[in-house]
Amino acid sequence: MSPFMLGILILFISALLALALRREHEAASRVGAFGAMLGCAVATIPVLRAMAGAEIPSLILPWSMPCGSLIFRIDLLSALFLLPILLVSALGALYGLAYLRPYADRKPVGSLGRCWFWYNLLVAGMLLVCVSHNALMFLVAWELMSLASFFLVAFDDEKTEVRDSAWTYFIATHLGTAFIIALFLTMGVAAGSFDFADFHKATLGPGVMGVLFLFAVIGFGTKAGFMPFHVWLPEAHPVAPSHVSAVMSGVMIKTGIYGLLRMLMLMGHPPAWWGWTLIGIGLVSGVLGVLFALAQHDLKRLLAYHSVENIGIIAMGSGLGMLGISIGSPLLTTLGFAGALLHVINHALFKSLLFFGAGAVQHGAGTREMDHLGGLLKRLPLTGLFFLIGAVAISGLPPLNGFVSEFLIYLGAFHSGATLHGTAALSGVAVITGLALIGGLAAACFTKVFGTVFLGAPRTEHAAHAHECGILMWLPMLTLAALCAAIGLCAPLAANAMAPVVANMTGLAPEQTALAVTYAQWPLTGVVTAAVALLLALCLLALLRRRLLARRSVGATGTWDCGYARPTARMQYTSSSFAQPITDCFRMFLGTRTSLRAPGEPFPQQPGRLSTETPDIFIARFYRPLFSWITRPLSWTLNVQHGRVQLYVLYVALTLVALLIWALGWPQ
Amino acid sequence: MNSLIHPLLALLLAPLLLGIINRTKALFAGRTGQPLLQAYFDLAKLLRKGAVYSETTTWVFRAGPIVGVAAPVVAIALIPFGGIPALLNFPGDLILFAYLFGLMRFMTVAAALDTGSAFEGMGASREVQFSALAEPALLLGLAALARLTGDLSLSGILGSLTPQDWAHAAPALALVTAGLLVVYLAENSRIPVDDPNTHLELTMIHEVMVLDHGGPDFGLILYGASLKLWALGAILTGVVLPFHDERLWPGIVIALGGMFGLAVFVGVVESSMARLRLLRVPQLLVAAMVLSALALVLLMR
Repeated sequence: MSPFMLGILILFISALLALALRREHEAASRVGAFGAMLGCAVATIPVLRAMAGAEIPSLILPWSMPCGSLIFRIDLLSALFLLPILLVSALGALYGLAYLRPYADRKPVGSLGRCWFWYNLLVAGMLLVCVSHNALMFLVAWELMSLASFFLVAFDDEKTEVRDSAWTYFIATHLGTAFIIALFLTMGVAAGSFDFADFHKATLGPGVMGVLFLFAVIGFGTKAGFMPFHVWLPEAHPVAPSHVSAVMSGVMIKTGIYGLLRMLMLMGHPPAWWGWTLIGIGLVSGVLGVLFALAQHDLKRLLAYHSVENIGIIAMGSGLGMLGISIGSPLLTTLGFAGALLHVINHALFKSLLFFGAGAVQHGAGTREMDHLGGLLKRLPLTGLFFLIGAVAISGLPPLNGFVSEFLIYLGAFHSGATLHGTAALSGVAVITGLALIGGLAAACFTKVFGTVFLGAPRTEHAAHAHECGILMWLPMLTLAALCAAIGLCAPLAANAMAPVVANMTGLAPEQTALAVTYAQWPLTGVVTAAVALLLALCLLALLRRRLLARRSVGATGTWDCGYARPTARMQYTSSSFAQPITDCFRMFLGTRTSLRAPGEPFPQQPGRLSTETPDIFIARFYRPLFSWITRPLSWTLNVQHGRVQLYVLYVALTLVALLIWALGWPQ
Repeated sequence: MNSLIHPLLALLLAPLLLGIINRTKALFAGRTGQPLLQAYFDLAKLLRKGAVYSETTTWVFRAGPIVGVAAPVVAIALIPFGGIPALLNFPGDLILFAYLFGLMRFMTVAAALDTGSAFEGMGASREVQFSALAEPALLLGLAALARLTGDLSLSGILGSLTPQDWAHAAPALALVTAGLLVVYLAENSRIPVDDPNTHLELTMIHEVMVLDHGGPDFGLILYGASLKLWALGAILTGVVLPFHDERLWPGIVIALGGMFGLAVFVGVVESSMARLRLLRVPQLLVAAMVLSALALVLLMR
């Protein structure tokens, strides 16, 4: 445990140093970034040992709080979530070093130092969340993580939309925290201690437990991005600096999944409807997430909606796992949870890869608007290649890692659909339909992204003069892309590594989960065999093609546009036109707003204009009415809450006098 | 060794299916039609040609056709044929089967978008829309078959399906067949979803995506498309003609007969039906999805 705490200490110290050196941009950045990388490297040692099966002794510190002990522990579940956090945070620091450099001239003095201060605190907060085994310490770490990320989202705070997005995030995350606090208080009071280890002692009725389950889903689901609590993701992720988006979207939202799984395992034997709720949330988040992604024009906003989609896949896997516990099927439990946990890691890898790629596009071309880009593969060859790998991986296609975790969840669903009896079998139908639809739509979405941003001809001057990023930015992408391929080609090993984690988490006997994973070994070996065969076939065909063309004439000309001689880049299909048939097909869920000014007379003087916008339907139809409904009766409080400090002091004084009178026992 | 028979047959005979379809259509139209082996002549000619590439394109454009052959080749290795188990079979191989075509589509679409042509973008956009709706129908149909036979591998499912299953679970099997047939026609860009013979780029789907490919690249695309036609057809034939025999050849002959019969059937459909309006195609695919889901639910009683 002590190397881990040393790592956190390094993070805190480097954060303070970066803040102290904030007048020197370069020095502050170096201290911050190297501190983050060093801290993560040191903290990785015990996490790897825990994953390898070693028992890491808990760290119990004395503290004067009356509610349990200050206890830090790395068990297998923590280790599984810590691993991607440490990796992505370290790579993000390396990437951020180069990414933030252009901001040094634009931003006021000190802002880069502050950015690194909050970045390192965010990393420390995430690490502490995963090792705190006391509710109070967990909340402190949770708050540290939320606040640090709030300040990072508000990095470009001179822009109004950035401030608005940051406030949306701030409010959403704290509403979620309120539910977590209520959950912890009820459990803690009933158990008589706020240590997680004692929570199972809480004996509460099934009704109360059901409410607590919903609290956990809402509280942790807000951080994770379950629909309909996801509204902050598409606001906050696009405006944050790209390395921060990568960390937030790749790993920070996973702490919500961590918290949810941790709590669910302490809440006793789950009734079947808990599993069904998670499957339902997963279906809604997955399908609507990818549909909203398809309708976006902003590259990073699109990626943010894909996080909602992938969290949906994780929720579906966890739902199958919960259902497995509830009906007593170790196979379903293991396949569901193993798929969900592996997808946690996989999503961390390819989503941060894609955000790094989006950052490189913004860095090189100066815009995130997809319809202004195009042809970037020629100008950013490395970024384009890595982005393509990430795009294939996130679409869940073989031979990369996204397919492996979805395959495990599919296997659980097929097992349930083919062999179980009664209503449980319907979960298989639901998950298979959901995953298949999500898979097809995600592939549609990422062909759209890759096609409009990297392929074709540049649509604007921005795109035509884009430049490739430096090694500090492409090295992290290379690492992540290589890991995506490695997990895809070592699928059986990856699934094996999940077995003890699932056993540790669910309390199943390790033999049972190992047996279930053994069941998946043969299929996964088959998948890898097919992947190798695919790569071999690709190589052979590429060689054949080269030989066939070797002695023939190979010419180059313009694209054949069905006889039209002067095609321009503006005539290409855009991201909007590419997605339009699908968004039209699902318009009842999306509510896309179209404004069209058609060119008028036969020889139009003014050019026509078409714009489409797909705002989040949950904000427009649910949250905004809800909040205005709450605000109206509460507006009288503005008479008391007006911002005049002198009167606030008066309130304090009056309260103290009233308390004094009450304490003296008057009137009696 | 027997498992190698089907991949070899598929690699050799897949282009023949195109010939059979075209001859059937010619027969209906009262023409003599092209030779049965026309697709082979086309392939031989294309592979001997040079190529002209658009200056807009990158390596993605050249990689598309290669993936377009490699993915269906691997998929064919997963399919049992005439009672012989597949070369590669494991529980869940049906998922890999569906996703290999996903990979093929991803790269074909990317290659189309690489040209920067509005026509190819249009075809690509339709392709991803229709296949996103066809994928649930395919996987649900396969899940229904898995439910019926209690097996999760294609070889297990099609190997244990017998004519008796048709006797006692005819409604479910008929629904699955109907769902898979729609998927088969849609995925292979046949009428009523797409018309391979149309001459108007605006109405094309698959053909318009490959407008800029030429020479060996186009040869690979043509071959890949015929392999896909074979692969999905082999599954459908396996469901409709579940006859197995202890001896090797009767099974293969029946299955081959089924494949050629299916090709004739496609020719008949193409001669006797108009294609649907593009806006109607999603409804057809959702209907296929519902049929497959209904079959699965029927089997769960």
